[in-house]
Amino acid sequence: MPLLEAVGIARRAPRAEAWLVDHVSLAVPAGRIIGVSGPSGSGKTLLLRAMAMLDPVDAGEVRLRGEPARRDRVPGFRSQVAYLHQRPALLGQTVREALARPYAIALRRGQRFDTNRAEAMFQTLGRDTGFLDKKTGDLSGGEAQIAALVRTAALDPTVLLLDEPTSALDPATAQAVERWLVDWIAAAPDGRAIVWVSHDAAQVERLGIAPWRMCAGRLSAGDET
Amino acid sequence: MNGDLIELSLGQLGVATTLIVASALLSIVLRLGLHGRLLWASLRCVVQLLLIGMVLKWVFAPDRAWYVIFSLAMAMTVIAGVVAMGRGERRYPGMGLDSVVAIWACSWLVTGVALAAVVRPDPWYRAQYAIPMLGMILHNTLNGVSLGLNRFCGEMAQRRTEIETLLALGATRWEAAREIVQQSIRTGLIPTINAMTVMGIVSLPGMMTGQLLSGVDPNMAVRYQVAIMFFIAAASTLGTAGVVLLGYRRLFNADHQFLPDRLAAK
Repeated sequence: MPLLEAVGIARRAPRAEAWLVDHVSLAVPAGRIIGVSGPSGSGKTLLLRAMAMLDPVDAGEVRLRGEPARRDRVPGFRSQVAYLHQRPALLGQTVREALARPYAIALRRGQRFDTNRAEAMFQTLGRDTGFLDKKTGDLSGGEAQIAALVRTAALDPTVLLLDEPTSALDPATAQAVERWLVDWIAAAPDGRAIVWVSHDAAQVERLGIAPWRMCAGRLSAGDET
Repeated sequence: MNGDLIELSLGQLGVATTLIVASALLSIVLRLGLHGRLLWASLRCVVQLLLIGMVLKWVFAPDRAWYVIFSLAMAMTVIAGVVAMGRGERRYPGMGLDSVVAIWACSWLVTGVALAAVVRPDPWYRAQYAIPMLGMILHNTLNGVSLGLNRFCGEMAQRRTEIETLLALGATRWEAAREIVQQSIRTGLIPTINAMTVMGIVSLPGMMTGQLLSGVDPNMAVRYQVAIMFFIAAASTLGTAGVVLLGYRRLFNADHQFLPDRLAAK
């Protein structure tokens, strides 16, 4: 059984005929990185957002460990299936505040922000120890991406849905992120997986055991195109 | 009650008219280009007030049936609701209905309490009390509702990424919107709080001025003013909170999904 499965997800723009996401099914097995590439506007982001149940869909459903996501448990589902926005909001004055913000929501009552763990993650990604106290307003686009990625990873999700997570990073840091995420899965291969959307086909090729391609709302195996 | 009130003759009104004509002349001399608009506004002011004077004289007649008073009150309420919606830069489907419903519910509730429990005219819906009080409450609620709604829609559109980031981190729709909802309600209440703060120091409110001019004992005028300010504050608070919460329900669905596509710029 796949860890996460999208079944027949379809979505179209209001009052439009064309499908933005055209009945896409995608199985995400545990321990794998699924790479999805494709041109801008092909529906990659919409597919990811639908898999995190962030947008209403016209058809289809998402299953986590075979269970369809239940209406009354959507926040809990999203804490397991974590979508990372391409340009995420950091929500705080400093990186520390931004990383602590999720612990203020009801779902995380009883959990506490682990500073040491976050610092260790930042170190792996080449940030110095003062990074937690940097002002979020002073961060570069790439630094903001790293901060948001660490924030989400620190929450121990089951599946990471990454939307161009390295688009603002220099190549060296981007590869550090790739290695770090490969290790993240390897640490618990039975309970973790990643869907990685990137317009960079080389990155998808590098990461994806089975790269997929999205084109005009349709998903196909990468080697067919 | 109005024994002290000096009656204004048409001749005396005529003297007042020369002042507005003088303003228009000044505008011509200084080439402000305002004389046309000034005269048009004066004319509108005269005609609108004459009309409302006639309507009120008719409605205030002692034997007027309750449904006449209620119809007038309803018309005032709907107009206030539509005006409150019309001022914003963005709208969502159902905004007009939300605005009318919020203004209607809070202003009628507060006016009802004010009439039935505080002022207690006989009958309780007596037009001479009901219509002016509802009018004052509507006017202030309208401001609160329109400010709150405008802020709410603006923030919701601008802070979309923030809201979606919170949702993606496992926040409920309420947790994702709470801060914006609170800010919007606060924004709507600022004018009412400001007005109460400077009351009597910077401004003598219109109703109190009117009562003083017509010879009412200042103590009584003050009591009325205090009561009406509290009615206004209560209605603005309820109305602003109501409309923002109704808007919140339109922009999120039961699946904790944010629906920013419903927000359109005008």
